[in-house]
Amino acid sequence: MSHPQVVTIDRKSAPRIAFSGDQLVEVDLPIGTRVVYPKPPLAGLKDVDAAIRYALNHPDGSPPLYAKLRPGMKVVIAIDDISMPLPPMKRPDVRERVLTIVLELLADHGVEDIEMIIATAFHRRMTADEIKRMVGDRIFDRYYPKRLYNHDAEDPKGLKEIGVTDQGEVVEINKKAAESDLLIYVNLNFVPMNGGNKSVAVGLSGYRSLQAHHNPYVLRKCWSYMDPAKSELATAFARQGKIVHEKLDVFTIETTVNNRMFDKPLEFLAKNEDDWSPAERAAAKALIFTLKKTPQAARQAIFERVPAPYEVTGVFAGATEAVHPKTIERGFEQYLTPVRGQCDILVTGIPFISPYNVNAFLNPLLVQVMAQGYIFNLYRGMPVVRKGGTMIIFHPCTDKFDQVQHASYIEFVHNLLPETRDAVELHKRYEKKFAANPAHIQAYRTGNAYHPAHPFYMWYWGEPGRQHLGRVIVVGADNEYIPKLLGYETARTFAEALEMARQTGPANPEITMLHTAPMLMADVTEG
Amino acid sequence: MPASYFDVDGTLVRTNLVHPTLYYILNQRTPFKSLLKLAKTALRAPELALAEIQDRRIFNEQLFQAYEGMSHDRLMLLADDAFDSVLKKAIYPAARELVARCKSEGHEVVIVSGALDFLMHRLADYLGADCVIANRLEIKDGFATGRLLRPVVAGPEKARLIREHASKNGHDLNECYAYSDSYSDVPMLSVVGHPAAVNPDGKLERLARTYGWPVLTLKKVS
Repeated sequence: MSHPQVVTIDRKSAPRIAFSGDQLVEVDLPIGTRVVYPKPPLAGLKDVDAAIRYALNHPDGSPPLYAKLRPGMKVVIAIDDISMPLPPMKRPDVRERVLTIVLELLADHGVEDIEMIIATAFHRRMTADEIKRMVGDRIFDRYYPKRLYNHDAEDPKGLKEIGVTDQGEVVEINKKAAESDLLIYVNLNFVPMNGGNKSVAVGLSGYRSLQAHHNPYVLRKCWSYMDPAKSELATAFARQGKIVHEKLDVFTIETTVNNRMFDKPLEFLAKNEDDWSPAERAAAKALIFTLKKTPQAARQAIFERVPAPYEVTGVFAGATEAVHPKTIERGFEQYLTPVRGQCDILVTGIPFISPYNVNAFLNPLLVQVMAQGYIFNLYRGMPVVRKGGTMIIFHPCTDKFDQVQHASYIEFVHNLLPETRDAVELHKRYEKKFAANPAHIQAYRTGNAYHPAHPFYMWYWGEPGRQHLGRVIVVGADNEYIPKLLGYETARTFAEALEMARQTGPANPEITMLHTAPMLMADVTEG
Repeated sequence: MPASYFDVDGTLVRTNLVHPTLYYILNQRTPFKSLLKLAKTALRAPELALAEIQDRRIFNEQLFQAYEGMSHDRLMLLADDAFDSVLKKAIYPAARELVARCKSEGHEVVIVSGALDFLMHRLADYLGADCVIANRLEIKDGFATGRLLRPVVAGPEKARLIREHASKNGHDLNECYAYSDSYSDVPMLSVVGHPAAVNPDGKLERLARTYGWPVLTLKKVS
């Protein structure tokens, strides 16, 4: 018997709704198609503050936080950046709640030398308003900008090498954190790839450390990113994390949220379309119509201004190695839907947001990240689609970039991708030089731009999907050039895309649709 | 090896050509002479304003007429003070950082400015730049004539001088970088493979956005 979140399309089934960027499209799936839905949101914790206090006082694999504190000590608190959760959650952000309690505790124990660092690695610096929204007005007013600031992975004096792994990988992290008496990491674990050893070893690191794992060789060995047990990336993080924990006293606080991405009026988007009430059906029609008639800038503004009503489902604290498995387990509890057997054709919408375009447009490189990087990797066990299968995505693939955040992406897409799509060649021939562009580095350090190595990482991120999939077909692209650059084929309609996919698939292909967003993962077993 | 070409006024420093000129005007041999020079220059203000709108090259030539009659010795004598009290204080906080980054990447750093060479050499020494392309006053019998030697460094001429410099020094322009704040420097930005708009004026910012050039601000430190 199949899982309630796996629905098979029959003659009476309603069309499915899929994201196509910041629009919604109706998709008529063939009879027999499996549609995998997200699980309903787990219940949120009734008293989040009490859960935070309990976790700090009853940690795993570590003495309680209060027992580590002494007056006059130097404490650095590292915080996850705005890339999670998506979209940003309603205030108060869980990071604000954790920080409020941790800072009270530090004050009670006479700890005054406190600095808070947003662990951005090569992500863009968060703006003052974004930081304020994340940590709350009180903390912001008291600490920003001198004692609450973004990590700078290009500050020649701001990094410190703390060791080398047994495989010769340099572990270099933020100097303030490296020289602290206690490093507290406040994490928000949105997907199972987040948190754990990734927090300090990646979020607070510089280029020398990132090169050890953010390369096509490591990323090609991840099956999948979302399953740490089968991810070479997680293994590389663990090697660096081991050095971090040998050299520093780290107290990890990880939090999980449920997948309540849409607030009440749009909640139906996460449900099986056959179960919609007449009012919900009408609302869906109205939404599709309105989005179609609204200019792109206004659509983006609408989506950016609606925060998600995520609820906190877990708070875990203590030693990273002891805490993280619990966090992962809670994440799997929310996201995993059992799916039996792989398919030949995977169908999915590409939404308007990714971890790398908060408050910006989802540019073509990020469309690729979402398709072959994130959504392809939303599985445990084995990929949803068979080796050599086809992925059909819905997205306009507009040739548009945020000029501030993604200036280096423009150059990458328009100057380098026409030369080659081969990740190894891009890595060997271009990455080092491109990533040293002083103008882009300055824009990263003093503006709000992603580091110039980041577009390369985004391309490498799609490697598992590129290696595994036979074809990617885009439905609804507004141009031919961008899909071609990305290595995609285009179809005007879903029916046409299906017809194209059938030409290279078996006679009766098995088709599966991943009905995301909200977040879900397929727990795929042999059929 | 690539080169990085930097405009100065508004790009690396917040002052413009007028500030050091004013410093020299106010530091003539006697206060009376200073007053006289100031009055003369003030009378020509509308003419200068018009020239600035029309053509940066004409503006430069007219502005530097204020140096007429100053001895070469005095120009040099005051240069250190002019640099310390006008230019050095006006350097944007992140300018040194950016120049240092270019140097550490092995770029030859070249200052390309309509300002006067003796001031630009001091700025280059201070920032660690390797070479200066700047305007030079004509000196006759030890005194400035108020005219500029050819070529006058401004607008499209900057692009030609950059091409010439690159070809002489074996730089592939496609690999080179250029930084400027002003729309009048679009020719200079356009000849290199990696242009960047720094603290740009509105027109340049729009152009940079259109072509996907990085837009930087050096007004704040990282």
